[in-house]
Amino acid sequence: MANMRPDKNPMPHQDPQVRSGNFEEVALGYTKEQAIDEAQRCLHCKNMPCVSGCPVKIHIPDFIAKVAEGDFEAAYQIIAQDSALPAVCGRVCPQETQCESKCVRGIKHESVGIGRLERFVADWHNANSTEKPVRPASNGHKVAVIGSGPSGLTCAGDLARKGYEVTVFEALHLAGGVLVYGIPEFRLPKSIVQKEVDGLKELGVKIETNVVVGRSITIDELMEQEGFEAVFIGSGAGLPMFMHIPGENLKGVYSANEFLTRINLMKAYKEGSDTPIMPLKGKKVAVVGGGNVAMDAARCSRRLGADVYIVYRRSEAELPARAEEVEHAKEEGIIFKTLNNPTEILGYNNPEDKRDPKNGSVCGLRCVEMELGEPDASGRRRPIVKEGSEFEMEMDCVIMALGTSPNPLIKSTTKGLEINKRGGIIVNEDGLTSREAVYAGGDAVTGAATVILAMGAGKTAAAAIDEQLSKK
Amino acid sequence: MYRIVKKRVLNPTVTLMEVEAPAVARKCEPGQFIILRVDENGERIPLTIAAYDREKGTVTIIFQLVGATTEKLNHKEEGEYLQDFVGPLGKATETEGLKRVAVIGGGVGTAIAYPVAKKLHDDGCHVDLIVGFRNKDLIILKEEFEAASTNLIIGTDDGSYGKKALVTDLTVVSMNPIMIDGTGMCGGCRLSVGGETKFACVDGPEFDGHLVDFDEAMARGAMYRDFEMHAREETCNLFKQEVK
Repeated sequence: MANMRPDKNPMPHQDPQVRSGNFEEVALGYTKEQAIDEAQRCLHCKNMPCVSGCPVKIHIPDFIAKVAEGDFEAAYQIIAQDSALPAVCGRVCPQETQCESKCVRGIKHESVGIGRLERFVADWHNANSTEKPVRPASNGHKVAVIGSGPSGLTCAGDLARKGYEVTVFEALHLAGGVLVYGIPEFRLPKSIVQKEVDGLKELGVKIETNVVVGRSITIDELMEQEGFEAVFIGSGAGLPMFMHIPGENLKGVYSANEFLTRINLMKAYKEGSDTPIMPLKGKKVAVVGGGNVAMDAARCSRRLGADVYIVYRRSEAELPARAEEVEHAKEEGIIFKTLNNPTEILGYNNPEDKRDPKNGSVCGLRCVEMELGEPDASGRRRPIVKEGSEFEMEMDCVIMALGTSPNPLIKSTTKGLEINKRGGIIVNEDGLTSREAVYAGGDAVTGAATVILAMGAGKTAAAAIDEQLSKK
Repeated sequence: MYRIVKKRVLNPTVTLMEVEAPAVARKCEPGQFIILRVDENGERIPLTIAAYDREKGTVTIIFQLVGATTEKLNHKEEGEYLQDFVGPLGKATETEGLKRVAVIGGGVGTAIAYPVAKKLHDDGCHVDLIVGFRNKDLIILKEEFEAASTNLIIGTDDGSYGKKALVTDLTVVSMNPIMIDGTGMCGGCRLSVGGETKFACVDGPEFDGHLVDFDEAMARGAMYRDFEMHAREETCNLFKQEVK
């Protein structure tokens, strides 16, 4: 008989007052007892609706059964059959719209905490398992993976386990892609990403950092000169979007990508890092946008000591960020200015002194109030400007978190690679592009999306590459 | 890690380094740049490729001491290593089919002009190379300039060498804004060119000089000046050199 407790075991958290002043992980994870208790809430439905909600089809009820038995390593092995990055996904997947949204327990009460259990199992394995992954014998086929974010790491891992000789090319100096430059430490500790990357290396995956495919070497050269039989493009998000309003190039306007990269990858908040970031203690920061990236930028700003506003043109109900992230942001004291839209970023200008260093810096944000009209093409109610509602807020820094358009580098240096009108690489259901033996997945195809979708794409492409090359 | 095979002090604030980076040397063309990190805590900074030797697998950079990172870089000696060195980045200068070209550079910017002039000269183009410096003591790369041009004109702001003149009438300019990844991801390097926002790392670094909003570019370039001054003060006094 299942444990019929109606609500999930709550996730233990760092106190909001304390955590808004540090970069340590916010969610602390279940204890063994909490995990077993939570696992016992699973009804083990025969038709497994939760699995249908998982982009990589993890055998969810099976792993949960092992947790309930207290056999955590067995639970890990079940997850690992389908997911290359369980410690990552247990933290950053939007489970509430995926597996957990299908959970039968969630119809009347709260769903089983599948994500929390996944995280527990992965953390338990990382802390307790001494088993090294076994490097399989090489099958002699070489595959190149471009980008070491979630799609690239997944694709590389799946192929390496089948004996392929995989080389991952990373443009930055550190592997991990958005997991290291984008998602902050307090949501996903970098040691976890490093552990996953190290695991791949033990499987025999080569990781070459400081290689910008498209510039350092082209896809054609990889295939014609370096002997790679297939290529997977997982180059991720590209150029940040701006609003095209006056003042966006003032000092103190960041794209979320730049702001987060300075903090997460370059550790600008730490003593000893040479990378600068604007001092934000006691300053006012506006983050424009309502997605997970906006929440990350806002919560980082808060940790640097700023008063932070989220400025979003629709209402709170339409915020694309995970409910949990919005909740955490609010607890940390971030102020939500929903139904507001910026029209101009105001700059400081001292007419007396042309050499005043403050000239050209952000000093305010002009906004209009919005109201919601009829639903638009996206199905969400269209925001409409309220007549005569213009107002100004004092501001020292503005962070634009509006999404990205795919990176132009690879398409401009690879002949015959077709892209859609938004710049995304066109692929078929196997992830195959318009070029023979060249596959793609993740944000480079879809535009800004989630870690798990990118992983799913990496997985699909790995299976297709195996199918293609094993016939040779 | 990337080994420094040669270091040459060109003038009190400008240094040349030849770095072993075969992958970059194999592909790079004039007009492109690299991004480097000096050490593990280092910042990523973009520097123009001043010269390259495909056979030796080396790339030459020339930098001016302007902040904490260039100061730190200047402490590195021959035989020592740089943590990261990635490139080539940006688009190459378009030189094809040109018959007679005036190449213009000023101060440390002549390091950007040099490889372009050399490439044109090597391709048999008539090159008028016009370079300007503030004074005679700051002149760099004179022999290299001579070898890379049909006609070399050196001017100084104060007339202490050559013509007294300023190098201002530019057409194509190479921009070097603040940048992090250099691959079209962060957007930190944006510039207004002809009223449009451009990203120097992937759209440039070269633009039509008449269209670039230089006031904005200079303001953005000064964004971290306080931080740089402070960081420089914190570095060892023994190594510190005066930046005029």
